[in-house]
Amino acid sequence: MSMLKVNNLEVAYGGIQAVKGIDLTIEKGELVTLIGANGAGKTSTLRTLVGMEKKSGGSIVYDGQDISGVPVYDFVRRGLVMIPEGRGVFAKLTVEENLRMGAYYRNDEDGIKADIEHVYELFPRLKERQKQLAGTLSGGEQQMVAMGRAILSRPKLLLLDEPSMGLAPLIVEKIFEIVRKISAEGVTMLLVEQNAKLALEVSQRGYVMESGRITMSGNSKDLLDDERVRNAYLGE
Amino acid sequence: MDIFIQQILNGLVLGSIYALIALGYTMVYGIMGLINFAHGEVVMVGGMVTVSVVSALMAAGLGLPPLALILIGLMVAVAACMLLGFTIERVAYRPLRKAQRLAPLITAIGVSIVLQQLAILVWGRNYIPFPPILDHDVIQIFGASITRLQMVIIVLCLAIMGGLLLVVEKTKLGRAMRATSQNPAVAGLMGVNVNTIISATFVIGSALGAIAGLMVATNYEQVHYYMGFMIGLKAFTAAVLGGIGNLAGAVAGGILLGIIESLGAGYIGDLTGGFLGSHYQDIFAFAVLIVVLIFRPSGLLGEKMADRA
Repeated sequence: MSMLKVNNLEVAYGGIQAVKGIDLTIEKGELVTLIGANGAGKTSTLRTLVGMEKKSGGSIVYDGQDISGVPVYDFVRRGLVMIPEGRGVFAKLTVEENLRMGAYYRNDEDGIKADIEHVYELFPRLKERQKQLAGTLSGGEQQMVAMGRAILSRPKLLLLDEPSMGLAPLIVEKIFEIVRKISAEGVTMLLVEQNAKLALEVSQRGYVMESGRITMSGNSKDLLDDERVRNAYLGE
Repeated sequence: MDIFIQQILNGLVLGSIYALIALGYTMVYGIMGLINFAHGEVVMVGGMVTVSVVSALMAAGLGLPPLALILIGLMVAVAACMLLGFTIERVAYRPLRKAQRLAPLITAIGVSIVLQQLAILVWGRNYIPFPPILDHDVIQIFGASITRLQMVIIVLCLAIMGGLLLVVEKTKLGRAMRATSQNPAVAGLMGVNVNTIISATFVIGSALGAIAGLMVATNYEQVHYYMGFMIGLKAFTAAVLGGIGNLAGAVAGGILLGIIESLGAGYIGDLTGGFLGSHYQDIFAFAVLIVVLIFRPSGLLGEKMADRA
């Protein structure tokens, strides 16, 4: 059974059709990427998957269940977790409080503490700054907070929206290393990125989105070698 | 000098009541950027219900001691106001969650008028005296006097406010409230039901309002359908003075405003050579409001004014 099966999904708001009928499948344990230019409809797709936008057509089946009409706050309990574009850290909460917000739905204090320690092992920088307000951190550190917070939610399927946005290349490397680690721990992931090269290198399969439609899909390796992808997204 | 200390004490009593009410304004503003002008009316209902319950219990002739009467009255008032706050949000504000900013503000004023008129229907237009069970024992401090009741008001207010700050800073509910006030969309992604948090905010604020209503009623020994209007405006001023949206600011602003007003009332006669009397004390609160809005719109403890009105 697929982790996620999207069929002919359409999303429209304010008279503009952002997503024009896409199909997308993610198997358990996979790291799949969705690449495309700014405004292609990638973020709209993700937001619709977690109930932040209403779909105007098609179906979304997650973990064997149709999730239409499920309220936003219920997704995290079902293991469907999104790290939003721009990271969405709570600026006036400390690093540790931000991490704990990821575990909001959980009541296993011991498990939560263990997971916080695990996050501090992955990101030693956050341990140093655990009492600091998240708003005072650098962009890269805030991305670490957002990823750590997602780990605290114990995701089954993690949606990652543009983790590299606005970060220095060296930090991006570090973030993608963690993406690889989380994936290796068995978390299924859908990674939305404008940095197509990195995204295709880290993922197993990829989809290419243009003006609300999926125009290409396949193994990431093949996409990396594809003439059209190279011209349009890799700047070669 | 005696007058000075006396006025400081009076200001503390008044100020701690303002602070308790200001918390209701500032919590709601912090969560949803709305100035709930109906909050003063919740305070009024709290005072009215307490007086009604105490009077009814006395008429029933159960022979209960005064403290028991007041506690029962308070419990009923708190429950009634929590329900009222919950209902106001559900009926009046929730449908306007995505409307333009002006719509909920005007609605708040509308709710305020509706509640006043309902109070007239239930309790009439006249002042209702507090049943004669209050203790008037006076304590002397540095040549100034304060009643035991007023001492209780100050201590109780400080304790409640401390408790609220603790809840907001240290508990999971408090963390969720702060997260929701900063970024409701992401809080939702974390599993926070934003509607529940908003309801909880109204319910807690209204409970504080009910307690304040009882305090106003015991302090002035009467209640009236219009009593929430002026004290609501003053508490709103206190919240703005402290920095609206900031809980510690509401407490500081409330106490400061109470003291300013009380000192002003004590000295206005001397300052104007007898031209203005202490019944002009209200001008101080609103002079403070105007000065704060001109020179420091973010208030004493506020960081920056978000562009929401």
